[in-house]
Amino acid sequence: MKVELTNLTKRWGDVVGAEGIDLSTKDGEFVAFLGPSGCGKTTTLLMIAGIYKPTVGEILFDDRVVNTVPPKDRNIGMVFQSYALYPHMTVFQNIGYPLKLQKVPKDELQKHVQRVADMMGIGHLMDRKPAQLSGGQQQRVALGRALIKEPQLLLFDEPLSNLDARLRLSMRSEIKRLQMDLGITSIYVTHDQIEAMTMADRVAVMKDGHLQAFAPPDELYDHPKTLFIAGFVGNPPMNFIEVEVKQENGSYQVLGPGIHLDLPADRGEKVARSSKVIMGIRPEDISLADTGVKGEVYLIEPLGRDDLLDVRIGETAVRVLADPALGVRMRDTVTLHFNTDTAQLFDPDTEQSLLW
Amino acid sequence: MTTRFETEQKSGLLQRILTALPYVVLTISIVPIIIGFVWIIVATFSYRTQGILPINAQGKIGGLTLQNWTFLLDAKIWRVTFNSAMIALGMVVGVGFLSSLTGYALSRMNFRGRKTFLGMTLVLHAFRPELLLIAIFQVLLFIAGIPIAGKAFGFNTVGGVAIVMVSLELPLGIWLMKGFFDNISWDMERAALIDGASRFRVWWEIILPQIKPGIAALAIFNFISGWNAYLIPYTFTIGTKVSNLSVFLNQFSSDTSPMGWNQVAAVGLFQLIPILIFFIFTQEALLNIYGGGTKGGA
Ligand SMILES: Nc1ncnc2c1ncn2[C@@H]1O[C@H](COP(=O)(O)OP(=O)(O)O)[C@@H](O)[C@H]1O
Ligand SMILES: [Mg+2]
Repeated sequence: MKVELTNLTKRWGDVVGAEGIDLSTKDGEFVAFLGPSGCGKTTTLLMIAGIYKPTVGEILFDDRVVNTVPPKDRNIGMVFQSYALYPHMTVFQNIGYPLKLQKVPKDELQKHVQRVADMMGIGHLMDRKPAQLSGGQQQRVALGRALIKEPQLLLFDEPLSNLDARLRLSMRSEIKRLQMDLGITSIYVTHDQIEAMTMADRVAVMKDGHLQAFAPPDELYDHPKTLFIAGFVGNPPMNFIEVEVKQENGSYQVLGPGIHLDLPADRGEKVARSSKVIMGIRPEDISLADTGVKGEVYLIEPLGRDDLLDVRIGETAVRVLADPALGVRMRDTVTLHFNTDTAQLFDPDTEQSLLW
Repeated sequence: MTTRFETEQKSGLLQRILTALPYVVLTISIVPIIIGFVWIIVATFSYRTQGILPINAQGKIGGLTLQNWTFLLDAKIWRVTFNSAMIALGMVVGVGFLSSLTGYALSRMNFRGRKTFLGMTLVLHAFRPELLLIAIFQVLLFIAGIPIAGKAFGFNTVGGVAIVMVSLELPLGIWLMKGFFDNISWDMERAALIDGASRFRVWWEIILPQIKPGIAALAIFNFISGWNAYLIPYTFTIGTKVSNLSVFLNQFSSDTSPMGWNQVAAVGLFQLIPILIFFIFTQEALLNIYGGGTKGGA
C-alpha cells in the first residue's frame, strides 16, 4: 500500500507536533522517520495510525483520504517502544487479540496464532504472561500481534530502544528481513541514525516538526541538504569548520585559522557568491599525513578498528579516524590531510547546503 | 579452617534470627487482636464471661447459650438485612459502574468543561451529608412524585436510600478511578484501538482488568459504607419494611434495653459476617497486582 502525506500538521494550541509534512511512500517500501527526541516523529506516526486527528493536511492510503477513518478500520499493525502488551493476557491471547476482535473462529485463530508465534520464535511461550518474558521476547510478541492481521501498513515507534545493544543488532536485521519477506509497507520511527540508515529504503529526516529531507540513506550521507542532516547522519559525526573560500586564477582555496586547503573546482564554483561558509568534513575523510594542517591531539577514543582522535587546530576541534597501529599519543603534534573531494559546504545563515 | 567455619555458622545464626524477628514481633502484636475476636465469639454464646472463658450462674466454667442470637428469630431482622444488602450492593454496582466510566472519560478524553467538572467533583465531596439532608429530602419528595420511578426511588424506599448513598459516594469514587486510569499507559490503549477494538471494548477488556485491585478496593469500601449506612436510611425511611440493619438494630437495642454486652457482641458479629464474606470474594482481585507488562520505557 502507498502512503501519502500532504501538508500534514498537528498542533495543540501553540505547541507544534508536526508541521506541513509532505511525503509519499512506494508500495512495499521501508521508510524510516529519523530525528532527535521531540521532533514530531511519534506525532506523525500516530496521525497515520488514526490515533491523532490532523490539525491540517491529509493522509492518503492508496490515493484514498483516510483522515476520518478510525484506527481499527485502517488495517495497520503497530509496534510500540513500550511494547504495550496487555499484561493480564497470555502471549497467545495477546497475539490473537486482533483476530478475536475480527470474530475469527476459534480453531482458525488457534492455528493462525501458532503460525505467527512460531515465525517469531516464541511458539513455546504461549501460556506466559508478558511479565514473565524477557525484553526481547516481549518485543517479538508485540511484533507478532502487529503482524497477525496481515496489515497493509506496519508502523514502528522506536521498537528497539529498550533492548540491549546486542539484541538490538539482531532484532534490527530480523525486522528488516521480515519486512522484505512480507513486503508490507513500513514506517519505522527512530532517533538512531544507524538504525534508519541500515534498515530503510528511504529516510525522512525531521527536525522541530518539519521534514528536512526524504531520501535514500546513501544520498543523505553523500549529499546532505542541510547542516542538520549532515550532523545527524553518520557516526562519528561530521566536523564543521567555519572557513572562507577564495578564488585565485581558476583554483579555489579554503582558508581558516591554521587551515589552508585546495578545493575542487566543481565545489568551489558553487560558493562563488558567498565567501564565508561552513565546511563539513567527515572524520574518515581526514587522515594523518606528512604534509598538511598541523594540530595537537587532545583526546584519543579507541573504537577498536580505529582510534577516534580529537585534534585541536588552534581553537578548532576536529574528529579524525586514525589507524591504531600508528601509535598516536595524547598531546602529540600531528599533520592532517583533508580530503576536500567529499567536503560539504553550507551557508552559515540558512544552514542549507551550497552544493545540493 | 575451623575458625572460619564457626564464624560462618555464627553469621548464619544471626541471619536466621534477623529473618525470624519480624515474624516474632508481628505475632506478638497480633495476639491481643486475636484474643479480642475469640472473646467476642465466645461471648455471643455465653450468659457471662470471665476473661475469654464462659461462666454460668454459679461462677463455674460452662453455661453456653443461644439466647444472645434469638434476635435472628424475628422475621423483621431478615427483611432489614435484605434491605441492607440491597443498599450495599447498590452502592458497589452503582458507584463502581458510574465512577469507572466517568473516571475513564475524565482521565482519557478531552471535552469542554472537563477541568470545571473535576474541580466541582472535589468540592462536592467536601459537603458533609448532614448539611444536605433537607435538600436531599426535597429531591426524594420530588422523585416520589414521578410515576413508577417514584415507587422505586422516592422518599421512604430502599432504592431512594441507595440512590442518595451512591450520589454522596460518587465524587470520591470518580476521583479514585480517574487516578487509577491516569496510571495506565496510553500506548496500551492505542495498541488495542489499532488491533481493532472499539473505545468501549478497550475500556472493558484492556483497561479495567489493569485496575482490578483499585476496583476491588472501591467495592469493599462501598460495601462497608452501604452496609453500615445509618444516617441516610434513618432519616429517609419510616418503619422496618424499608429500614436497614443498622437502624433496626439500633432501635431494637433501645427497645429491649438494658441490653447485655453479650447480646451486643452477637449483633455486632452478625453485622460483620457479610463484610467478611465480601472481603473473601474480592481479596483475590484486591491483592492481584500484575508485575507490569513492560520492561522500562514509557
Ligand atoms: N498529546 C500532546 N499534547 C501536547 N503536546 C504534545 C503531545 N504529544 C506530543 N506533543 C509535543 O509535540 C512535540 C513532538 O512530540 P513527539 O511526536 O512525541 O516527538 P518524538 O516522537 O519525535 O520524540 C513535542 O514537543 C511534544 O512535547
Ligand atoms: Mg517518540
